[in-house]
Amino acid sequence: MTVRAGTIPVAAPADPRARERLLLLAGPLGWIALFLVVPCLLIGIYSLFERGTYGGIEWNFTFENFRRAADPLYFGILIKSLWIAGLATAIALLVGYPAAFLIATSPERWQKLLLVLAVLPFWTNYLIRSYAWIVILNREGAINNLLRGLGLTSEPLPLLYNEFAIVLGLVYAYLPFMILPLYAAISRLGADLIEASTDLGADGWRSFRRIILPLTLPGIAAGSIFVFVYSLGNFITPDLLGGGRTVMVGNLIYDQFLTARDWPFGAALAFILIGIMMGLLTLQAFLINRARRIGTYD
Amino acid sequence: MTDHPVARLQSRGTRRWLKGHAALVYLFLYGPIAMLAVLSFNDSGLPTSWGGFSFRWYGELLRNPAILHSVANSLVVAFFVTLIATAGGTLLALGLEQGRPSTALDSFVMVPMIIPDIVLAIALLSFYTTLQFTLGLYSIVLSQSVFVMAFAAAVVRTRLRNFDRSILEASVDLGADGWTTFWRVTLPAILPGVIAAALLSFTLSIDDFVIAYFSAGAGRSSTTFPMQIYAMIRFGVTPTINAIATILVLVSVTLMLTAQRLAREAQP
Repeated sequence: MTVRAGTIPVAAPADPRARERLLLLAGPLGWIALFLVVPCLLIGIYSLFERGTYGGIEWNFTFENFRRAADPLYFGILIKSLWIAGLATAIALLVGYPAAFLIATSPERWQKLLLVLAVLPFWTNYLIRSYAWIVILNREGAINNLLRGLGLTSEPLPLLYNEFAIVLGLVYAYLPFMILPLYAAISRLGADLIEASTDLGADGWRSFRRIILPLTLPGIAAGSIFVFVYSLGNFITPDLLGGGRTVMVGNLIYDQFLTARDWPFGAALAFILIGIMMGLLTLQAFLINRARRIGTYD
Repeated sequence: MTDHPVARLQSRGTRRWLKGHAALVYLFLYGPIAMLAVLSFNDSGLPTSWGGFSFRWYGELLRNPAILHSVANSLVVAFFVTLIATAGGTLLALGLEQGRPSTALDSFVMVPMIIPDIVLAIALLSFYTTLQFTLGLYSIVLSQSVFVMAFAAAVVRTRLRNFDRSILEASVDLGADGWTTFWRVTLPAILPGVIAAALLSFTLSIDDFVIAYFSAGAGRSSTTFPMQIYAMIRFGVTPTINAIATILVLVSVTLMLTAQRLAREAQP
């Protein structure tokens, strides 16, 4: 049997749509790979070598940078960062869930407006939003002046440059990013589902706990992961509202790169953050896959 | 029917509590910004005493060459970032929405959005240093384009999901090839989403501080607007920042509201 060359699709993929998809994705995914994946891998490599005497890298393999991250001084900062980020996430969830619930169950024509209003602040300048809290919280600021004017305090309260201010600033900054996925998850709930559970005799709280809460878990996970990861790696808020001392791991990384010039150690710290982020994203993908399987997520 | 079915199942007390809570949330979100806007017109410049209404601080802003230079830099950077990110984001969205949904791919595309900006910033700085790039405005463009692209893709995807795919099949059935279908059918249908993505990209670029700061290099010539603001805030409470805040918030809000309208218009 003779076959003319050119009539057999030798290497072409069986599905033309798959080829089209590859064509579309090659450019942008390559871009992300070049300017995100490669630099992050580079950080991973840097973290395994020694620092040079005058900054830069000495190509001697070592685990010292990671060992140093476990040093009580730095480990303490890492733990404190996890604590602050966790606290900010928990508060944002507690504040954001009822707000998202109200938005999602409002009359149709209100929903869009309320949602846009909730998310809009996120798109305004981060530095400006932090600065607003400096004006509000400082010793001569809006709150202290109000309290003194009312005769409630004689000495200004130390509201700024502490952990309280950092957590407040983080919740303020990222609350919109908590509300958005929660809204999406809650508005996906079928009313008939909740109605059925109520008809079967479950009271409000129980139907919330047994039905609404588990079904909105992908939304809770998405919002919490965003707020947690953003908070954990933040360095502007601790820098501006926390008083400039090295308080969180973001500041520590900043210092290693711009002040101490110990890039390998800074890279190791950044790599730990990447690890935490990847772990949480995997967890989220797992939750979404499970929800897809039981049919509560499209 | 005015109420949402779920809302009807809740007791009046729960509903009232939810409304009160939401009102406080909106007050929390907008109070600080509104306060800065009011202060920007305060002649005394102090947060504590009202010295009369004036445009004084806006005037000062316009007479400050360092600020104007940084604004010009930010506009140049934002222009190129918007071009790259919108084009890349649109391709990405089209590719991702085609074929079976893949959780792994979705998670990968989320990484640029979720990665802490300080981590991306130092990773890129290390990358440029290893390649011995001279840093400047163009390295800021490259750095910002990565995470902005992911956000742009998310916006275009929203638009793509609300669009009836059967018209694509109709176009192919009528004999149009893939290219013609894209230019004549798909692109016009998603164009509002693409414009929305461009507006979002512009906003994100104009507002980004951390990634620009690490990609800018040492020279003052590539200082962007947020870098200038950061220096001013670190220096102390300056009334000019209130004027900057008000202008920036107005610009972002206008762009984002327009984007929102475009991305959602003609939704079912």
